[in-house]
Amino acid sequence: MNFKLILNIALHLLRARLKQTIVAAVGVTFGIAMFISLVSFMHGLNDLLDGLMLNRTPHVLLYNEIKPSEKQPVSLADDYKNNVNFIHSIKPKDRGKSIYNGKTIIKVLKEDARIIDVAPKVTTPVFFNSGTIEISGIVNGIDVLPEEKLFKISDYIIEGKVADLLQNNSIIIGKGLADKMLLSKGDIIKITTSKGNLASLKIVGISEIGIAEIDNTMSYTSLATVQKILGEPTNYITDIQIKLFDMASTPAVAKEFRDKFNLDTIDYQTANSQFETGSTVRSIISYAVGVVLLIVAGFGIYNILNMMIYEKMDSIAILKATGFSGNDVKWIFVSLSIIIGLAGGLFGLLFGYIFSSIIDVIPFETASLPTIKTYPINYNPLFYVIGITFALFTTTIAGLFPALKASKVDPVEIIRGK
Amino acid sequence: MENNKVLEAVGLSKYFYDPVKFKVLKEINVSINHGDFVSIVGKSGCGKSTLLYLLSTMDTDYDGQIFIHKELVTGKTDKELALIRNEKIGFVFQFHYLLAEYNVLKNVMLPGMKLGKYSNQEIEHRAMKHLKTLDMEDQALKMPNQLSGGQKQRVAIARALINDPQIIMGDEPTGNLDKKNSDLVFDIFNKLTQEQNQTLLVVTHDTDFAERTNRIITMEDGKVIL
Repeated sequence: MNFKLILNIALHLLRARLKQTIVAAVGVTFGIAMFISLVSFMHGLNDLLDGLMLNRTPHVLLYNEIKPSEKQPVSLADDYKNNVNFIHSIKPKDRGKSIYNGKTIIKVLKEDARIIDVAPKVTTPVFFNSGTIEISGIVNGIDVLPEEKLFKISDYIIEGKVADLLQNNSIIIGKGLADKMLLSKGDIIKITTSKGNLASLKIVGISEIGIAEIDNTMSYTSLATVQKILGEPTNYITDIQIKLFDMASTPAVAKEFRDKFNLDTIDYQTANSQFETGSTVRSIISYAVGVVLLIVAGFGIYNILNMMIYEKMDSIAILKATGFSGNDVKWIFVSLSIIIGLAGGLFGLLFGYIFSSIIDVIPFETASLPTIKTYPINYNPLFYVIGITFALFTTTIAGLFPALKASKVDPVEIIRGK
Repeated sequence: MENNKVLEAVGLSKYFYDPVKFKVLKEINVSINHGDFVSIVGKSGCGKSTLLYLLSTMDTDYDGQIFIHKELVTGKTDKELALIRNEKIGFVFQFHYLLAEYNVLKNVMLPGMKLGKYSNQEIEHRAMKHLKTLDMEDQALKMPNQLSGGQKQRVAIARALINDPQIIMGDEPTGNLDKKNSDLVFDIFNKLTQEQNQTLLVVTHDTDFAERTNRIITMEDGKVIL
């Protein structure tokens, strides 16, 4: 088949109907542009919201959970093997929340090639004392450098520096907490642990994550400081946080470590499943709107090609009479619609990019998200690939039906009709 | 002469089904020799155009057999028939059927480009040659809508000639033309037969035209009577 000739004929037909062609292509352009900007915006938003959660959540968390003994004495007795056991005489053992042999585990993990880094942490509930009132909260004792590497906590520090935590007896508290207790950087805060130990720490910074619940209770201090407050030795670690290179392998790795180190593990997917759901739904909505817009554009193309075929009946008849097969005629009209789809689609990508860039510079300032200054946009090239594929797919389908009709035109009927 | 058949039909029958089943062509046997200038005449509705469209391979719904250049074309696929029409048959209809999007030269070149036997320059050269013999070379770059009726018909003839067809078929090629242009078209056809030994098969109800051809096939009620 002579594709060059077919394309040439298609282009000439298009040129003869330039205005209609442009209208059809603009339909596709609009559909694709809206699709691109919508999907980019939605994904930008998803990334922002996921980031809020995910950046602060380790991929795998190793910890000791307080739980009842799995084997109750009664279940060991052969006599009652087939009976229902409701006697639980053995209460949860107090192994403490400390991870046994934590330092060795961290050393092993640091050598694992799949792991970006390991950040040990001690979490303990405390009371913050301010005058006569006590506010319950949580102190996170962190290993400053790996914690910063994995969770970028400096993003959320609105006053002071994370590195200041390396000084002895220093603390960074949440903004909600600071506001409530009228504290600011440089002040001293008094805390009481659950065991009754009392300590005075110097505030070296204020953090704000944007989730009030967390900002009202959370505070950061160094690992050494928190171990000292609790009166525990330096190997006292309650959580080991891990980030992996390959996020998809998280559940498998979590399970592996659970068996290997005999600890409780939780992966981020399990911990944040509700976020995943929200993201999925938002994506589905944006894709659905995009598809609907393209289907509408497809109908436009279908209409215009149909009209063109009725107008060009004579041309089709003579092409067939002079040696173009039905297949050739079909390809003429299919390539017509592919040209419309391709031209409209490429302009759509361009406009989609422009619209996204415009959204990207619109100011979006909210007190809860200190690091965000404009609306978030995700410029994933995949959206553009999907967009152009969609455009070509719908226009080809829309063109195929009129093209098949054109290929079936009986030249005898047209020519004899004159 | 027996070895010289360009076109042969054996036992050709054709039915129309709408509104009732009706036999338009009744077991027609006809053959056209190389170099003949044949006209088909007959009253309206006798089936002469129907016969032409069967012989042209555009209408494939018939009983019987058609041979073009001794090759059986009955039962071939749409694609094969398109190639045969492209290569071996040239058409001139009552209406010119020029593509409004192309200029005269491109219109003439189109079937040649479809065949793809020659390069585009070669086809252009040949098209100009045909336009020259038809005295149309100065109109080559005009668009069809800038031409008169007679000129359009001459372009259509040039288009029919571009692939050096075995046979040129015409369905009332002079039907839309005045006397002067009809004579012009006849002279062109006549010149083609005499100078290039071109085979021509023309359906017409113009008796003046028919009488000047060298063979007349008269049809009546779906049968060839002469």
